[in-house]
Amino acid sequence: MTIVVVLEQVPDVVEELSLAPLGTDLARDAVSYVLNEYDDHALEEALLLAEGSGDDVVAVGIDTTGELDQVLYTALAKGAKRAIKLAGDFEGTWVGTRAAARLLVPIIRELSPRLVLTGVQAPDDLDGQLAPTLAALLDWPHASVVIGTELADGAVRARKELWGGLTMHLELALPAVLGIQAARQTPRYVPVGRVRQVMREATIETREVEMVADGSPRVERLRLPEETAQAEFLSGSPADIADRLIELLRARGLL
Amino acid sequence: MEPKLEKVAEVWEKETAVVEGVDISGPWNRMFGQRVIWDYTPELIEKIAQLPGGESFAWCYQCGKCVPVCPVDVVGDYGPRKLYRRAQSGIDLLDSPDLWLCTTCANCLRVCPKQVDMVQIMPAAREHAMLSGRTIPAELQQALEYTAKYGNPLGQPARKREAWVKDAGVPVPILHQIQRPVEWLWWVECYPSYHPRGIDASIALARIFHALGLDFAILGREEKCAGDSQRLAGERGLFEMLAEENIRTLSKYEFAHIVVTDPHALNAFRKHYPKLGGHYDVWHYTTLLARELPRLQPLLTRSLPYRVTFHDPCYLGRHNGEYDAPRRLIQAIPGIEFVEMLRCRENSYCCGGGGGGMWLDSFAAGHQRRRLSEERVLEAVATGADTLVVCCPYEVSRFEDAAKSTGVDDRLRVRDIAELLAEAMGSSGEAAA
Amino acid sequence: MAHGIAVLVEHLEGQVTDVTYELLGLARRIADTDGAEVVACLLGHGVRHVAERLPADRVVLVEDHALHYLAPEATARTFAALLRGERPWLALVPNTAIGMDVAAWVAAALDWSLVAYCQAFDRRDGRWVATAQLFGGKVLADVPLGSDPVVVSALAGAFAADAVEPGPPGTIETQEPPAELATLRTCSVRLERPEVADIDITRAEKIVAVGRGIESKDNLELAEQLAEALGAVLAASRPLVDAGWLPRSRQVGKSGLKVKPKLYLALGISGAPEHLEGMKDAELIVAVNKDPKAPIFTVADYGVVADLFDVAEALLERLEG
Repeated sequence: MTIVVVLEQVPDVVEELSLAPLGTDLARDAVSYVLNEYDDHALEEALLLAEGSGDDVVAVGIDTTGELDQVLYTALAKGAKRAIKLAGDFEGTWVGTRAAARLLVPIIRELSPRLVLTGVQAPDDLDGQLAPTLAALLDWPHASVVIGTELADGAVRARKELWGGLTMHLELALPAVLGIQAARQTPRYVPVGRVRQVMREATIETREVEMVADGSPRVERLRLPEETAQAEFLSGSPADIADRLIELLRARGLL
Repeated sequence: MEPKLEKVAEVWEKETAVVEGVDISGPWNRMFGQRVIWDYTPELIEKIAQLPGGESFAWCYQCGKCVPVCPVDVVGDYGPRKLYRRAQSGIDLLDSPDLWLCTTCANCLRVCPKQVDMVQIMPAAREHAMLSGRTIPAELQQALEYTAKYGNPLGQPARKREAWVKDAGVPVPILHQIQRPVEWLWWVECYPSYHPRGIDASIALARIFHALGLDFAILGREEKCAGDSQRLAGERGLFEMLAEENIRTLSKYEFAHIVVTDPHALNAFRKHYPKLGGHYDVWHYTTLLARELPRLQPLLTRSLPYRVTFHDPCYLGRHNGEYDAPRRLIQAIPGIEFVEMLRCRENSYCCGGGGGGMWLDSFAAGHQRRRLSEERVLEAVATGADTLVVCCPYEVSRFEDAAKSTGVDDRLRVRDIAELLAEAMGSSGEAAA
Repeated sequence: MAHGIAVLVEHLEGQVTDVTYELLGLARRIADTDGAEVVACLLGHGVRHVAERLPADRVVLVEDHALHYLAPEATARTFAALLRGERPWLALVPNTAIGMDVAAWVAAALDWSLVAYCQAFDRRDGRWVATAQLFGGKVLADVPLGSDPVVVSALAGAFAADAVEPGPPGTIETQEPPAELATLRTCSVRLERPEVADIDITRAEKIVAVGRGIESKDNLELAEQLAEALGAVLAASRPLVDAGWLPRSRQVGKSGLKVKPKLYLALGISGAPEHLEGMKDAELIVAVNKDPKAPIFTVADYGVVADLFDVAEALLERLEG
């Protein structure tokens, strides 16, 4: 049986981001891409589940960057059985969540997995998160913000993190879609040597796909928030400072 | 694993024995008495010894010379002999915290009659542990992931690698900007490019190079970590990837020699890049400056009233044989009083940062009475020195942290040689001070 | 009403969350401009009493056992059915652990567009513009809204909570749950409360973190009192943990834990890069340090150059007094 994990590359926010002249996208030439950190957790959780159940993990991604191979080879090196790349003419486009989900649905149906795992969110999902979007289009049950999973008798048990330490325990009939917040353990390390070996020996399956109409919202303008790099210094007597701090905390609903 | 004793030989006394025509029958001495020889099963030793690079692990004959010179044993319970013994008694090195505690300082190899070489064994065992999917300490994993992603273990953007240059106060040419041949390519490395205290030393060194009129340039954002410590931490594949990229970058430019800030880079360029096709004439900056002393000396006009001691970096001293250059530089500074620590030169202690130790700090601290760096700053204080001088970029931050955590930071300052020289030139490297 | 504004009411165990009032306030502001109706959509089980505290023009109440904890599938299906009937122009959903599973599902199921991570909603040039946070807040996206129906999921804390007061709605209207609730594939839902002894600083909303400036172990008590008064948990930089004053589970930084609380109050922490790495993503950083050049001030929102004990005591006095 199969567990599909969806992997997306996103702009690395460690780097400074700048905007394209038209102002509706990032200056993509200057962007460096990394695997969405939550997707890395989704992969880890998928591998952990598969180690217990004997399922095959299939990593699927849309190659919007031209660099997805690296991510997929790494997934194979970590233990995924297959890697499938959806390739198309995405250069210079910003593939929204809904559009991505529509591209993914046919391949997911073809693979007929019992579970689809994605990262809970991505830094560029302006039109919402992938897991609930996929769930709606597939008409499968779902849960997001998941921090632990367990397969049992045609169902998956998921722990969904709420707030203040509260967790919701759900049992979903399979097939289901989960948005992973954190895997049970830190995503495993795979040495570069292993990835390189996989690159020589394994193949990534490529499927050509056509961009679909997505109904995602039209961005009129992107802008950078005003810099607040330096601390604003509060001065005065300790009493004045304490008053000021309490006022600040109250204003932000922190007291 | 359960240790097992197995019968390896039975020795029976013969009633008569004739050797080369001489009858030696009769009651033998105790050595040849009837007996059965038992020993521990060697599986866990062979498991390491069969790895390429791990062979010498099995050569240990338990003499124990390595243990007293092992810097980790000074603050804990370690040394090649002990690792061998533990493998005999059922402890698999691959699953033991011991796997990550060796700093590959090579002091054991210096005294080992059997050439048991931890500098080879440890990377091999660690690589095998990683390849077999064992979890590795989180701090190390983070540093390795950062190195793969950003080309430096600090997780800083590549673009910022040359950002320090604007604070240098002197021109620091960058090769992708100047596009001309230079005599010296200065390999700055990661900590001197990104860590605030590393940057202090880089700025000082830039001022010295500039004052000497050296024809030099750096690679800036094109430089990636030389990768030696990642290799020693077990990530050979990452090292090879970095080395290939660096060799490709270096092939774009013309230069006569490389000068490195970091002894670990020196080690990589001298011993491991040639195997991947990168052949360079590489100097540590202390060696270069010592050669330039006749021109540098007249510039050292300020007297510095410090009592200093010097810590030999493992990868400059024991690994690459340079002990004199740093000392000549320190002693060239007017006013300095130089004292040696008990453990110095060939028998120098280790700061704990080598072999991946830089990224195993909390992990190692959990298995030792105190950090190696803490032990070392206390030794420095014991000499009565007020300044601990270093010339490896791992050390300034390690020893400064150690001075704070042992509470001697009011008595002991940690300075890179470059910072001291720049100060003696009247061009203080302490931009912030 | 064709131009209504539907708000998904988030609640748990009879408690309406703050973000719901923030969204009702926002809905009121839009409705007052547009002359629209604010419809609070209250889904749940045994929550009729909650409706009395929802200041909307109308509350639509749908009750079913499956909606008890607003579990994803049941809530999404019910809300979608409700929106099909109501046909509002705008559906406001909190971008929270609960709302996240509803907004994107509903938008995809109805084929409406969706703007997530919304932090501002303004009228510009005769139209409404939703501003969304992207790339961890490093970029803002202005999205003008047309006349087609749209779902907006809004960040908690982004809109004023006091724009409306809890109070009774204009009318309360009960609707039958949709038939699909009978065929849900979510088999069971239950809630688990945190263990009291278990402190996980990575999940704390407020952290008081102490560094070497605290000087001695005895002084930790003051920091502990302050943390308690603020409803925060106590964390520390590496040296204190190394010294054994606090357990390693409280260590923030590169070799400790990464935290992203709403408030990080740093007392006597100079801010080594290794420490900053672990906490720089906190939403609000307030740093108290004697050294005006301490690097912690480069990431802090507010800085205080003072003796931490003076400030901590003054704060404590006010919080407890």
